[in-house]
Amino acid sequence: MADEALFQFLHNEVIQYIYKSSEHGEMENGRCITKLENMGFRVGQGLIERFTKDTARFKDELDVMKFICKDFWTCVFKKQIDNLRTNHQDNKFRLLTQLSAGKQYLEHAPKYLAFTCGLVRGGLSNLGVKSIVTAEVSVMPACKFQVMIQKM
Amino acid sequence: MSRQSNRTTDSKKMNAELFTLTYGALVTQLCKDYENDEEVNKQLDKMGYNIGVRLIEDFLARSSVGRCQDFRETADVIAKVAFKMYLGITPSVTNWSPAGDEFSLILESNPLVDFVELPDNHSSLVYSNLLCGVLRGALEMVQMAVEVKFSQDTLRGDNVTEIRMKFIKRMEENLPAGDEVHSRICVPC
Repeated sequence: MADEALFQFLHNEVIQYIYKSSEHGEMENGRCITKLENMGFRVGQGLIERFTKDTARFKDELDVMKFICKDFWTCVFKKQIDNLRTNHQDNKFRLLTQLSAGKQYLEHAPKYLAFTCGLVRGGLSNLGVKSIVTAEVSVMPACKFQVMIQKM
Repeated sequence: MSRQSNRTTDSKKMNAELFTLTYGALVTQLCKDYENDEEVNKQLDKMGYNIGVRLIEDFLARSSVGRCQDFRETADVIAKVAFKMYLGITPSVTNWSPAGDEFSLILESNPLVDFVELPDNHSSLVYSNLLCGVLRGALEMVQMAVEVKFSQDTLRGDNVTEIRMKFIKRMEENLPAGDEVHSRICVPC
């Protein structure tokens, strides 16, 4: 078992690193987000492989989504998703709670979500669901993840 | 009030695989970004340092460990309290130098390398070099300058993983502790 603080610091460092390296290479914000997202994707793929070792085959996409909201999220962020509708919501997102509970750092929030978007997309992809995952924050530390499933 | 109670019941443990895999993703990215392994090692050490200078606060706040009297006590705290708390392992402390200013941490298992195999073309990559930075950064914040490096690594065919630590000097209280800390974006706690 690793400690949560360690992951949070590492996550911060990863973001720092990606953004710092972009200063030299004239890389714009979008590229950084993509890079972070891709890292998350790879991690999500790996995680889902480990988590689903012993679970039964999923019936349909809803089943898969339920798994992501409950088991996957609990394993990763120690809580379930608060609200699953056509879109997803986490009212107290782990990686934002340390940051702010107001509007002050709103502009930096997307950096801290890209990795997780990738995580979800990677997880889904390994369960055979191709998707686009985006996140939006209106009030910290709540954020909404939107999963758009792409029909094959 | 509810916030307070949340804090205490909240377990701080989390899924280790997420940490391991995230670290792996970072190293992979660094290997893509830099030409040679030496640069990657350096970068990992730097990032570890940045983590260490902040991690020490978390550690001191949660562990109620006071000031260490000597380097031996420091070694014990690192191995038995800090490693246990953050990585869930307890390395053994051995190979003391006669002067008592150098020792080794022997890691029987290293959580950072759980799913890792080093390809042949990365023979000089010190995969877990982040740890060295963390140790250095954290100790620097309690006025200890140390030198930390991996002297053995199971990833490169050694039997055990060994981190060698050397005490250099006691730092003056009023020295500014590296510019790194100040140039970073400030994240409120």
